[in-house]
Amino acid sequence: MIVTVASGKGGTGKTTVAVNLAVTAAEAITRTETIKATQLVIAPENPENFVELIDCDVEEPNAHLFVKPQNVVKQEISTMVPAVDMALCTFCGECEKICRFSAITMIAKKIMIFPEMCHSCKGCVMVCPTGAIKEGARVLGSLLTGQSSHGFNLTWGELRVGEAMSPPLIKQVKKTITCGSGRSNSISEDINNKLSIVDAPPGTSCPAVTTLRGSDFALLVAEETPFGLNDLALTVEALKKLGVPMGIVINRADNDQKGIIDDYAEKENIEIMQRIPFSREAAKICSKGLLLVNELPEMKQCFKELYLKIVSRITQNAKESKYKKTSTKTATSSSDNSIVGRS
Amino acid sequence: MKELTVISGKGGTGKTSITASIASLAERRIVIDADVDAANLFLTLEHNLIETEQFQGGYKAKINPELCIGCKECFKRCQFDAIFEEITENIIPKLSKQKDEQIRDNRISPKFAIDPIACEGCGVCVHFCPTVAISFERQICGEKYISTTANGPMIHARLGIAEENSGLLVSQLRQKAREMAKEQKIPLIITDGPPGIGCPVIASISNADALLIVTEPTLSAIHDMKRVIKLGRQMNAPIYVCINKADLNKETSENIKEFCVLNNIKFAGEIPFDRAVVESMKMGKALVTYSDGAASKAVKEVWENVKLFMGDTMERVF
Amino acid sequence: MKVAVSSSGTNLDSPLDPRFGRASYFLIIDTDTLAFEVKVNDQNMNLPQGAGIQAGKIVANCGVDCLITGNCGPKAYNVLQAAGIKVFTGTKGNIKEVVELFKNGALQYSQGPNVDGHWV
Repeated sequence: MIVTVASGKGGTGKTTVAVNLAVTAAEAITRTETIKATQLVIAPENPENFVELIDCDVEEPNAHLFVKPQNVVKQEISTMVPAVDMALCTFCGECEKICRFSAITMIAKKIMIFPEMCHSCKGCVMVCPTGAIKEGARVLGSLLTGQSSHGFNLTWGELRVGEAMSPPLIKQVKKTITCGSGRSNSISEDINNKLSIVDAPPGTSCPAVTTLRGSDFALLVAEETPFGLNDLALTVEALKKLGVPMGIVINRADNDQKGIIDDYAEKENIEIMQRIPFSREAAKICSKGLLLVNELPEMKQCFKELYLKIVSRITQNAKESKYKKTSTKTATSSSDNSIVGRS
Repeated sequence: MKELTVISGKGGTGKTSITASIASLAERRIVIDADVDAANLFLTLEHNLIETEQFQGGYKAKINPELCIGCKECFKRCQFDAIFEEITENIIPKLSKQKDEQIRDNRISPKFAIDPIACEGCGVCVHFCPTVAISFERQICGEKYISTTANGPMIHARLGIAEENSGLLVSQLRQKAREMAKEQKIPLIITDGPPGIGCPVIASISNADALLIVTEPTLSAIHDMKRVIKLGRQMNAPIYVCINKADLNKETSENIKEFCVLNNIKFAGEIPFDRAVVESMKMGKALVTYSDGAASKAVKEVWENVKLFMGDTMERVF
Repeated sequence: MKVAVSSSGTNLDSPLDPRFGRASYFLIIDTDTLAFEVKVNDQNMNLPQGAGIQAGKIVANCGVDCLITGNCGPKAYNVLQAAGIKVFTGTKGNIKEVVELFKNGALQYSQGPNVDGHWV
């Protein structure tokens, strides 16, 4: 199952939640009594590799600062851009005509290519009558993988500074997700085998949407400020469009008193799954790149509760969707498992 | 006229709060909220909306199911996985187990549909569709706004949910601001930039006269600041740095200052953690108008420094 | 000699449009006779991206020797370069004055783009 940690606003604590949740999950799973105690269907075939953490905030990836992975393998990721073999070019102008992005243009018997404008649709390659257009490459950034000492793998992308398009790299990072098919219409049959925690970029436009598509569950990290609420509402709208079920974590909660986020969540019928209390101590721990669950016992408890809630919620969703699939009536109601597109 | 863009790399370091404050301190300016997919500036700057305009983004393809013959030409060519086989009740009623046979017999053919969220707007499917079943239209992706505030116009926008082309929208907002600055002889444009280093950030800082980076004393923020500095240098913009919530980790704050000195980056000041920041936000006011506390004083100092630094930069030819 | 000037209007008294890619019009002027032709740049005004490149193409297809404008980004500059068109940037004033300055050799031919691209 794919759990994506997201928030409209930046700096609400997505990465903090994602890394601490990954550590909690990796540790909880190695102790079978926790599983028994919660009576969940989770029985991983390979408990050692049950959890993986994927950082899709490729513009500013931070999870590795907390996870401090070992044996990091780095791989360069490129996207296709046209490269013209001038010996074969007949200057028919077809490539220029199909390109919507002005990435390839013909000037006075010269073919000019603007690689940074190219969206890699391959239209020019397809229309070229003489096969003069070959597949060149533009470097998007890197894909990195390493192992955490807590027993899970971290994979992240790092956008090349100066590259404007992050979604193509995010898609490459998402391809490494080993569980499920990354599609929202197949709530993971491998729910027992793998938990992929994905750290999403902020915002509600292409990078965030590219990351969130196909998640089984979205965990929204919210803060109790007007900015936080405004951006949370935008993300909730995006998730509704994507058909991804969701829950909220309130970070830096002032106290147990209900606030603006609670009111909103109640109105929208979204579960508040946990409140992470504010403390200067916690802020300091995060600022140093340390893990809350390692430093503060109350945080360890807090994340354990959160983890178990998420897992039981997803299990529930999966059961319901299975029921829906086998039932003779086709589901037409737009429950939170409704099918929207593919990844 | 000069353009100052406030960025951070990492989100949530306090860009918008600081922009709202310096926009209130600057005598006459235009302020732009370029964080178009999570715009917040309007929440903290008292304003009157005076103009709304639609934002036209890119094109999206749409298949007319009545013309689709299910030839898969589009499906095979789409590089963005935006085309999927659509077998819904409205198109093929009462789907039975003999579906495959029926398709083979050509009695019904599978229909294809386009997921607008995944569609990149490249038009390849449109070009290759043998039955001209695919239409291609420019989409309304959001709204652009002009508002008035106490000391000059505010230009902001709202990108539609899950829409793209944020970079184009930012470029248009900045273009509008330049035109207005010229007409109304306003000497300064302040832009509240988005987080990250991608398309909308590049659009926010290209051709800016100076960048103010708001960071905080955390490992993540420093990591992200370094990336955004690299980007700023590629775009040849002078860079200033200020530290928000500086007292949350004094040692790290000192390291940031040292980094600035070593890298020849002008340091604009540090702002202490202050509950007044969130309180002012809750009141819908800029920090400097709401409070006279420690953070407010520090932001004023940052602004004085930025003005001083900007005096050094060359006036851009217009 | 034939020159193209980015223009806000359709006659020689119009002010020069400082934008190249998204200029309202291009006036294609014969510097000897001051006879001119108007090219509307309307498709480019709203083009999602690549306006500079497309504008460069329009101007290149007019067979001019020089372009006079305000700001020219790197992509448009490359297109014009490829078409062998000399670019004069940073110019202000109305079209007639600008052409006069050009004829007197008072405009400086630019060696490269004078603004960053828009990146979108």
